[in-house]
Amino acid sequence: MQELGSFLEVLISGLLAGVLYSLVALGFVLIFKASGVFNFAQGAMVLLAGLALVRALDFLTRLGFPGWLAIMLGFVFAALVMALCAFLVQRYVLGPLINQNALTMFMATIGATFVIEGVAQFVFGSEVYPLRLFPTDAWIAAEATFPGGILINKLDVWGGVIAGLLVIALALFFQYTKTGRALRAVADDHAAAQSVGIPIDWIWFVVWLVAGLVALVAAAIWGTKLGVQFSITFLALKALPVLIIGGFTSVPGAIIGGLIVGAGEKVAEVYLGPFIGGGIEYWFAYVLALAVLMVRPQGLYGEKIIERI
Amino acid sequence: MGQFKTSYAKDMVIFPIRQDRIGVYLLLGFALVLLPLMMAFHVPPFRTDYFLLAILLPFLILSLAAIGVNILVGYCGQISLGSGAFMAIGAYMAYKFGTGISEIGLPPLPIVFAILLGGLSAAFFGVLFGLPSLRIKGLYLAVATLAAQFFFDWVFLRVKWFTNYAPSGSVSAPELKFFGYLVATPVEKYMVALIFVIVFALIAKNLVRGNIGRQWMAIRDMDIAAELMGIRPLVAKLSAFAVSSFIIGVAGALWAFLRLGTWEPLAFDINRSLELLFMVIIGGLGSILGSFLGAAFILIVPIFLTVLPAELGIPITTGTVSHLQNVIFGGMICCILIKEPLGFARLWQIGKEKLRMWPFPY
Repeated sequence: MQELGSFLEVLISGLLAGVLYSLVALGFVLIFKASGVFNFAQGAMVLLAGLALVRALDFLTRLGFPGWLAIMLGFVFAALVMALCAFLVQRYVLGPLINQNALTMFMATIGATFVIEGVAQFVFGSEVYPLRLFPTDAWIAAEATFPGGILINKLDVWGGVIAGLLVIALALFFQYTKTGRALRAVADDHAAAQSVGIPIDWIWFVVWLVAGLVALVAAAIWGTKLGVQFSITFLALKALPVLIIGGFTSVPGAIIGGLIVGAGEKVAEVYLGPFIGGGIEYWFAYVLALAVLMVRPQGLYGEKIIERI
Repeated sequence: MGQFKTSYAKDMVIFPIRQDRIGVYLLLGFALVLLPLMMAFHVPPFRTDYFLLAILLPFLILSLAAIGVNILVGYCGQISLGSGAFMAIGAYMAYKFGTGISEIGLPPLPIVFAILLGGLSAAFFGVLFGLPSLRIKGLYLAVATLAAQFFFDWVFLRVKWFTNYAPSGSVSAPELKFFGYLVATPVEKYMVALIFVIVFALIAKNLVRGNIGRQWMAIRDMDIAAELMGIRPLVAKLSAFAVSSFIIGVAGALWAFLRLGTWEPLAFDINRSLELLFMVIIGGLGSILGSFLGAAFILIVPIFLTVLPAELGIPITTGTVSHLQNVIFGGMICCILIKEPLGFARLWQIGKEKLRMWPFPY
């Protein structure tokens, strides 16, 4: 029972950490679906959102605003920053590159990553800023079944709940609003969507904005966990294997992929790590993704890739 | 007037225009003879070692690495985010060969062989991680190469065999004896790097304008069409991975031995990979000259950013410098991709065309 208990503990903490990877991966999927752009800048956007949020909060609390108002205003400010970022990226980076091939767009987003990182740290500072929005203590569950119980971090549960709500909201948005339908049309075919009168500039702005807001949510949770700091951008790199496993075009895929990566790397670290030297968390997700690529290049839920000359 | 070609061979020479040829000879003469002499007699700006060690040596070695990346990304169109890992493989394997591998009774090899074997090891792993490229492409491949980057970062950090069980995890280059000649001063290091760069740049240039280079470019422009025309993707893609990783590996070994001396895995992390990719994009995809221009740009900007505010008396912190540097690099990437996708090399070419017509462009 002891082993099963500790295994469950590792598994649950892995799954809940995976939810947070999913949040970042979700931003990638949204942009990829609507524009075919593989957005390397998602991690930088999480950093920007986090820094904007935490600095605004600090500033407002120092001015003496009550907690809840400061938090609300902070979120509004960070959302505005993300909107500005979406506008600038769309206007000056992707707009001019419309109808270019995917690799060019990808490299452009690498460029955008560096600009966003540079500007974010230049404007908001580059230290580690602690963020306290959610409780970070732990629950002990199922004490009756397992000796010692199972330790579950409350923050991780919050993350899971928020991610679930976000996915439902996004699904509704894509399915039932006019803009959502336009987004899906653009994803299917740029030129066809343009020819039925869908303003592609506006759609791209909206999708980058939504991705920015998802980044903001991710930043709020990750920031509470680790503090807002530069290393948060490496999250984006962790989200890449999640995407590969789940498929580039699938929202549920991003969630499932995140869970697989999160649980897989925690379990591997605990049960495989001692044999081959610790720290395999660092690359486990990538090697898993590589294996998936060899067997099923489009990922678990991705659309089949068909190529024509 | 005018330069006319009367045979195919003449049309196919590396520098078809006489001015270019003369220019390259002058440059080589300067780099090989004049510059070491100026160093020897302390002519400014070569009075101190700073210029040589902080600018010229990194420039040469990173240009070499950029040539390697350019073969894969620029010529064969397979994007790679794992170049740093292949530099690391080159460096660590060259170190192992240079200090001898006692497990198989291999004595320490001469340094040139060690460096070349380091390159070969990188080529081997390049092919291994290139294998997925036969099934996946584009963005997916980028993630596969990223896997190589993180995996090897970890390997060199954790597997003690590579560092000869050094407790600190950092290793030092073996004695740099090239054919019995001990290389120690900056000028000597510079000469060694220069010779390597010249040789490999020539080889690379000849590869890309030959049969195999044209196969790479066909694969880059449209792989399915190339396959229908009878180009074997297996051979073309894997050879690009092999040649590219070999050159990157040699550059990695040179970087570790000549530039760093003592190094740890962090010297070859993901930032190095991105930096190399930037050099290639800014300098010019699919151009050997571009690799040099890109390397020069990436190296000069940080120096410029540190020196200029100091000269003007504007106080600026190192943090600010690195942020500004990020903004400039990122901005340049976007700018180049939008305005001139073939980079500085293309601008240089356009400039030459304009000069040919000058002053009457009609």
